[in-house]
Amino acid sequence: MRHLLSTRDLTRDEAVAIMDVAEDMADVADREVRKLPALRNKTVVNLFFEDSTRTRISFEAAAKRLSADVINFSAKGSSVSKGESLKDTAQTLAAIGADAVVIRHGSSGAPRVLAGSGWIDAAVINAGDGTHEHPTQALLDAFTIRRRLHGSAARGRDLDGVRVVIVGDILHSRVARSNVWLLTTLGATVELVAPATLLPIGIENWPVTVSYDLDTTLAGGPDVVMMLRIQSERMHAAFFPTAREYSREWGLTDERFSGLRADSMVMHPGPMNRGLEISARAADSAQSTVLDQVANGVSIRMAVLYLALSGEQDNTATGTAPAHAHAESARTAAAQSEPSAHTEGR
Amino acid sequence: MTILVTGATLADGSSTDILVRDGVIAELGRITQRADRVIDASGLIALPGLVDLHTHLREPGSEQSETVLSGSRAAAIGGFTAVFAMANTSPVADTAGVVEQVMSLGDAAGYVTVRPIGAVTVGLEGKQLSEIGAMAHSRAKVRVFSDDGQCVSDALLMRRALEYVSTFGGVIAQHAQEPRLTEGAQMNEGTLSGELGLAGWPAVAEEAIIARDVLLAQHVGARLHICHLSTAGAVDVVRWAKARGIDVTAEVTPHHLLLTEQLVSGYDSRFKVNPPLRRDEDVQAVRAGLADGTIDIVATDHAPHPVEAKEGEWEAAANGMVGLESALSVVHAAVVDSGQLDWNDVARVFSRTPAAIGRLAGYEHGIAVGSPASFTLYDPAASRVFDTTMLRGKGINSPYLSTTLPGRVIATVHRGVATVLDGELIAAETVAAETVAAAAAGAHRG
Repeated sequence: MRHLLSTRDLTRDEAVAIMDVAEDMADVADREVRKLPALRNKTVVNLFFEDSTRTRISFEAAAKRLSADVINFSAKGSSVSKGESLKDTAQTLAAIGADAVVIRHGSSGAPRVLAGSGWIDAAVINAGDGTHEHPTQALLDAFTIRRRLHGSAARGRDLDGVRVVIVGDILHSRVARSNVWLLTTLGATVELVAPATLLPIGIENWPVTVSYDLDTTLAGGPDVVMMLRIQSERMHAAFFPTAREYSREWGLTDERFSGLRADSMVMHPGPMNRGLEISARAADSAQSTVLDQVANGVSIRMAVLYLALSGEQDNTATGTAPAHAHAESARTAAAQSEPSAHTEGR
Repeated sequence: MTILVTGATLADGSSTDILVRDGVIAELGRITQRADRVIDASGLIALPGLVDLHTHLREPGSEQSETVLSGSRAAAIGGFTAVFAMANTSPVADTAGVVEQVMSLGDAAGYVTVRPIGAVTVGLEGKQLSEIGAMAHSRAKVRVFSDDGQCVSDALLMRRALEYVSTFGGVIAQHAQEPRLTEGAQMNEGTLSGELGLAGWPAVAEEAIIARDVLLAQHVGARLHICHLSTAGAVDVVRWAKARGIDVTAEVTPHHLLLTEQLVSGYDSRFKVNPPLRRDEDVQAVRAGLADGTIDIVATDHAPHPVEAKEGEWEAAANGMVGLESALSVVHAAVVDSGQLDWNDVARVFSRTPAAIGRLAGYEHGIAVGSPASFTLYDPAASRVFDTTMLRGKGINSPYLSTTLPGRVIATVHRGVATVLDGELIAAETVAAETVAAAAAGAHRG
């Protein structure tokens, strides 16, 4: 895997392979010494043009557990806020010797532009671009669903037949887009629920079903209910009249939560607006995967960084064979790392 | 100074020689007379000089993007002999001083006739009418008024503008874009914009303004021109208006005749333009509209930008494409090769009618004895992979780089002065000097 720009580009086998490597990475997290030497001497730059502490620290933790050197480049208060172009920033990072650039950008497509620019020869990992995609979020969501459903027998499996409902601001959500492509590629069915103002034009051509009525959709007994964050500024742009009305129509209230199957998962990419799109009871319930998602995020991002940087420069990343080989070598690396990691620990 | 063109094919398919004397077409048919310069035009189509009703020459104010001279050179190599320069310069062309300056720069360059367009409102701000009368009565004799880049969105102001401009025999060229429906818009709104996560520019934002404005034009009995019409629905609205006898004309750009929104998928900002590239259905509709006369003319919306304005992320990139150098080839590829237009139609939509809309004299009869000698010789059999070496303006923001386009302009003559020969521009000093000489001779004769 050369870059990770979108989930739209991923095949089922590639996605399963990434999740399988993430299982190995999760195993490492359970050990006493949680560090692998796999990316020693590699430099990972977290290039964040938008604030996102949660995503940045997740990538930072992932890179550090793989022994990479991590540089955090926040655009706020830097030369970027003084008008430096993406090109100049990229060339600066290239001169510093970045091996991977984890980019969060407010403009859709910015990671794609960076990867195709020739300004920098680093692996580009999309950490969220505008309202386009957030592929590692979708991967960690799929990984979380797979782990909850299959536990230790999860390796090699997809999400065939899993019924997922995504509720909220689909129009502005990169999380929703990445999840739609990935979950359907993995065999899940996806239903989107939102007011018409928060659904993009052309949604009928997406591989999903669409509903305006959350109660009817929940009555169908979905396996997963994923609630999206509602940004308060949407209210002021006439997408819906008031927070109270939104919550009443499309929020996962206590009442709606009580009506769910006991084994239905409740997901949220965070940060949550408790009391708006999700009730505190739903968020804190055993059915909630919110904290699993955070923990799994580190494993997924370790897997992605490992696959992008582990030295094998086959840029194809298609088919199962090379991906499985990656998974094998990751496991080997995990097994071999323990002594040296211990040594380093002291 | 005489020029003899031998063996040219006219737009109607007939063959002729063309004798140019003192800036005028002196003779057609088989000509045996000697001339100062002879151009062998066997295999070439002679078209009347192309007239572009919609260019951005950027001067004054953005000379790093284009100047009147560099834009004129881009025009000449594209077969143009007249261009209308939009008002969104800095300062804005909203006074007699600015429009006279632009015209003077064009006259001095000599490659093409440069006709300034005046702003409808002061500073293009959409609040107060600019001094339309002063511009109309200035030496530049402005007849086309436009806030292009901005829509005259206020309905009352648009009504007043239509009425006031009609006082001076002018026309409002409307950039039809409902501003509230297109806040932050990045590309055509549809399935693809939803997938790419780019804010949509819906067709209705164009069509609603056109519908309003044709009704306003009808109500006040004024003339209206629609800039860069781009949607199937807009074609329907204009067709309806014309059927009702409303005095409306419309233009389409070469890029809206050839390119679709699919090109946006890679976030390559060369394809970022306003109005945006639309669906294939829209491309088919504007082609059909041009073929059946609903759309009157082709105009380039030539919009040069410096490299840095087109580098980087999509949302930060400027809107616009250069188009003068490639326009005739693109029209050839889009609607001539498809059989929808013949070369007579091309002469109409790319020379006679745009001149008529802009009240530019000399293009009424095309290549005819007694008409000003402004024409271009085009090799329809040529084919070329378009690249930056074929551009002559300052901008390289062409959407056609690395694509194969048919045809090539071999020679262009502007009022008896050769501006392009053997497929290459004549030097600026030569063109300027010959233009001065031709003007002096004309004055002497007069």
